[in-house]
Amino acid sequence: MAFIPHTREDVEAMLAAIGVDSIEQLFDEIPANLRLSALAGVPEALSEMEIGRLMAERARLDGRPLCFIGAGAYEHHIPAAVWAIATRGEFYSAYTPYQAEASQGTLQLLYEYQTMMASLTDMAVSNASLYDGASAMGEACLMAVRANRKSRSRRILVPTTVHPHYRRAAAAVAGNQGLVFEELPYCTEEGCIPPGSLGRYDGQDITALVIQQPNFFGRLEDVDALCDWARARNILVIAVVNPTSLAVLKPPGQWGSQDANKGADIAVGEGQPLGVPLSSGGPYFGFMTARMEHVRQMPGRIVGRTVDVAGRAGFTLTLQAREQHIRRAKATSNICTNQGLLVTAATVYLSLMGPAGLERVAAASHARTRELVAALSRVAGVRRLFRGPVFHEEAIALDRPVAPVLEKLAARGIIGGLDLTEHYPELGPALLVCATETKTTADIERYAGALAECLREARAA
Amino acid sequence: MSTRIEKPIFEYSVPGRGAEDQWPRDPGAAATEDLPAALRRTARPLLPEVSELEAVRHFTRLSQLNFSIDTHFYPLGSCTMKYNPKACNSLAMLPELLARHPLSPESVGQGFLACMYELQEMLKAVTGMQAVALSPMAGAQGEFAGVAMIRAYHRSRGDLERNEIIVPEAAHGTNPATATMCGCVVREVPVNAEGDVDIDALKAAVGPKTAGIMLTNPSTLGVFERRIEEVARTVHAAGGLLYYDGANLNAILGKVRPGDMGFDVIHVNLHKTFSTPHGGGGPGAGPVGVSARLAPFLPVPMVGRRGERYCWLTERDIPQSIGRLSGFMGNAGVLLRAYIYMRMLGREGMAKVSEYATLNANYLLAQLTRAGFDAAYPDRRATHELIIGLKRQAKELGVTAMDFAKRLLDHGMHAPTTYFPLLVPECLLIEPTETESKAALDAFVAAMSEILTEAAQEPERVTGAPHTMPVRRLDDVRAAKQLDLTWKPTGAHAIPTTS
Repeated sequence: MAFIPHTREDVEAMLAAIGVDSIEQLFDEIPANLRLSALAGVPEALSEMEIGRLMAERARLDGRPLCFIGAGAYEHHIPAAVWAIATRGEFYSAYTPYQAEASQGTLQLLYEYQTMMASLTDMAVSNASLYDGASAMGEACLMAVRANRKSRSRRILVPTTVHPHYRRAAAAVAGNQGLVFEELPYCTEEGCIPPGSLGRYDGQDITALVIQQPNFFGRLEDVDALCDWARARNILVIAVVNPTSLAVLKPPGQWGSQDANKGADIAVGEGQPLGVPLSSGGPYFGFMTARMEHVRQMPGRIVGRTVDVAGRAGFTLTLQAREQHIRRAKATSNICTNQGLLVTAATVYLSLMGPAGLERVAAASHARTRELVAALSRVAGVRRLFRGPVFHEEAIALDRPVAPVLEKLAARGIIGGLDLTEHYPELGPALLVCATETKTTADIERYAGALAECLREARAA
Repeated sequence: MSTRIEKPIFEYSVPGRGAEDQWPRDPGAAATEDLPAALRRTARPLLPEVSELEAVRHFTRLSQLNFSIDTHFYPLGSCTMKYNPKACNSLAMLPELLARHPLSPESVGQGFLACMYELQEMLKAVTGMQAVALSPMAGAQGEFAGVAMIRAYHRSRGDLERNEIIVPEAAHGTNPATATMCGCVVREVPVNAEGDVDIDALKAAVGPKTAGIMLTNPSTLGVFERRIEEVARTVHAAGGLLYYDGANLNAILGKVRPGDMGFDVIHVNLHKTFSTPHGGGGPGAGPVGVSARLAPFLPVPMVGRRGERYCWLTERDIPQSIGRLSGFMGNAGVLLRAYIYMRMLGREGMAKVSEYATLNANYLLAQLTRAGFDAAYPDRRATHELIIGLKRQAKELGVTAMDFAKRLLDHGMHAPTTYFPLLVPECLLIEPTETESKAALDAFVAAMSEILTEAAQEPERVTGAPHTMPVRRLDDVRAAKQLDLTWKPTGAHAIPTTS
C-alpha cells in the first residue's frame, strides 16, 4: 500500500541511523494539539483490481454517445502512436527541464513544437504552452498591456462572438490588474462583427482588440478589415484561433490587407484538437505565438537552441529573466509549469499529420459539418441561423425550446450540440453543432432522424 | 539513457511523404470550395513530412535523452517526484472517460461527476477545509484563485484598503508573482536562524492594509513552522487571512491539517502529493480548499449533488465566485488520476505517505551529515525534504552546489533543487519521497561522498561535469542573446546538429 518499498529491517536500520525509536518521533516538532488522530472522510484503500473495477463501472455509466458538440473542444481521430509516445515514462514522469543536460529530449521536443506552432500561426515565436485556450487569452491580454507602450488605457475590445467561457476566464485572470474588457456587439443576422461598427472607437485609446477566427458560432470574421483597422490605430491584435483550421484558413500572421503592416501581434488558442482527447475538459494546452518584438513580454517557458562548452548544439530554457522564479513579484506571469505532456502529444500528432494530413483533417471536418447542417436543415422546424461562410461548426435555430430536445436526444445516445440560449438569449432557441472527420454519413443521418422525432414529440406534447 | 544526439525532426522530412494511414480519407477539393479565397491559407505550414516509423523512432530517441522518475532517482526538492502508479494512468484513460465532451449534459457524466465529487470530499477531509473547488489547472493557478478569493472577501466587506500580501523571504517565486497578478503589493518578512518566521517582524508588518499572508508549512526551508498558531492569531487579529501553499503537503498528509492550523484557504498540488505525472513540466492541478467564510468566492465550475444526482455548480449557484479560470472545468484527466491514487491509498495509506517520506528525508540527513556535509538546520528535524549547504566546500575546494548537481547526473541521479531557497548559500534542497528504497538513498549518499572526495582530489572533474550526458554545460548567455527559438530550413543558423 502507498507504493512504499521499505521492509521492516530497512525501517529499523534507518531509525537507528537517525537515532530515534520510531517514525512517530520524527513528527515531534508539530504541536501536539494540532495532531490529527483519525482521518474520517477518506474511504478504506482499494487494491488495483478493485479500483479497476470501480472505474470501469463509472466509465460504463457514461457510455460513448454520438457527440455533435464542438464549442472549443473537438473530437478528432488521435493516431495510436501519439499517446503511446506521450505516456512513455521518460516523457510522462519527467519534470520541467531545469537540468538541461538531463532533459534534452523534452527540450528538443519543445523546440520542435515551438517551430510547428510558429509556422502554423505564421508568427515569429512561440512559447512552450500555457494551461488552456481560455486562460491563454487572459494571459495574451495582460501581455498586450505590457507590449503596447503607446496605450495607457488598459482597454481591451472583446467581441461577443468570442467564446463566452474565454471572455469570463480572461476577466477572471486579468481583471485584478485593472484591465477593462469592453464587449463589441455582433450582428444577429450575420453572426459576426461588422468592421464598420468599430468606427465609434476611432480616436480613443484602446490597448488591444481580440478577434476569434472562426468565431464561437463557427462564422468567419472579416479578419483583414478588423486587423487593418486596429493596426492603423496602434491597437494590438490578439488572435484566438483553432489550430486545425489553420491548415486551410489564413494564419494570424497574414491577417490584414496591407503588406507593409499586416498580421496579428499575439496568437493564442486551444491546442486540444491536436491529438488531445476530450476528457471532460482537460488537461488540454493553450498555445501562444507572437511577433518577435514582443518576445520579452511573453509569459511561460521558452526553449532556445544554443551550444555547450564543447561547441555542440543543445537546448535550454531561455529568457528566464521574465519568469517568477527569477523576477518574483515583477515576473510576466505567475505561471510555473506549462502543459508539457499535452505538448508532447501535439508534437507527435503534428509530425504524423504533416501539412497534408492536417489539411485533410480540416477539410474532412468541414465537409462533415456541411453535410450535417444540410441534413439537419431538411428537418421540419430547423433552419440555419446565420448567412455567410463558416468553418466546421454552425449555429442552427429550432422552432422549440432547445433543452428538452437535447435531453430527448441524449436519451437516444446522441449529444446534439450546445444550447446557445444561456449565453445568447437574443437568438431564440438555437443550437451550435459541429462534426469532425470522425463522423460518418450514417452518424449524421441517425442524428437528423432522431432530431426530427424529438421535435415531433416536442410539438405533440 | 542515450547520449546520441538526435537531429530535429524537420531534417527527416521529405516532400510527399506522410503517415497517410493515420489521415482521414481525402474529401476532395470541393469540400472547402465554400471558403472565401481572401480568408484561405496560401502557403503550407512548416510541419514535417515523415512516416509513422520515422516519427515514432525520432520521439522514442528523444525520450531516451531524458531523466525521469521511471528511469532515475529524482530527488528534486519541493517537487515531490514520487512514483506515478501505472494504474492511475491506464484507468484515467478508459475510452469512455477520454471521449466525454466537457459540455455534455449532466445525464451523460454521472460516473465522471461521481469521481469528481468524491475527490472534493476526500480533499476536504485531508486538508480540514470546508469546501473544495477542483478547477485550478496548476499550483500557480490555485495560488491565484486563493489570493483572488482573499481580495474578493475583503472587498465584499467594504474593506477596500487591504492590498498587502505578506510572504516570508524564503517563499516560492510563484507567491510574490501571484500577489502581483492579483493586484496586491508584496511585503516580505524575515525568517529567524532556526528557520521559523520572525514573529516580531510579522507583528510589525501586519496592519489595516494586510490582506493576508502566504505560507508553506513545512516551509521551503524543510522544517515545520512551529509557531504556526501564533502566526495565525497575529494575522487574523490584524484582519488578514492565511493562505496555505500546498507544495509541501506530502510532509504532513494524515498527520496535521492546514484547516486545523488556522488557514483560511489552501491549494493542493495534485502532481506532487497525489502523484499525478509531471509530464516534462505539466499538466498539474491545483484544487483550492477554503474555510466557510471564503466558500462563496470559490472558482466555478464545481461539482454538487442534488439528491442522488451529481451536477455542475456554476455562476448561477455561486454568484460571488471569482469566476472561471479555464475554458471548461480544468485538468479533468489529472483530477481523475489523483482520485484513483487517493482511493488506492485509502485512509490508512495517507499517513504512511508522510511517515515514509519523512523517514527517508531524515535518514538522508543523518547519512549525509555523517559523510561530512553540513545541514542547513542541524538542530531541526527534517520534514519530507532537507537542505544541505555547500558553502564550506565552495570556499575550500572551489566546487559549487551547481557543480555537485551536475556531477550527480554522471552518477545517474537527477540533481536536487539548487540555489533555492535563496536564504541558504550554495544549497541543495533534497526530497527523496516515500517511494524510494533504502538502497536508492544509500546509493545517493555514496555518490555524494564520491563527489566530495573527487572535489578534493580532482576538482576539474566536478566543475567540468557532466561528462556522460548528451551535452555538456550549455551556454545560457548565448541562448538568451542570440535567440534561436525555431528551426529554420536555411543555413542561416548554422549550428552543427550532429558531431
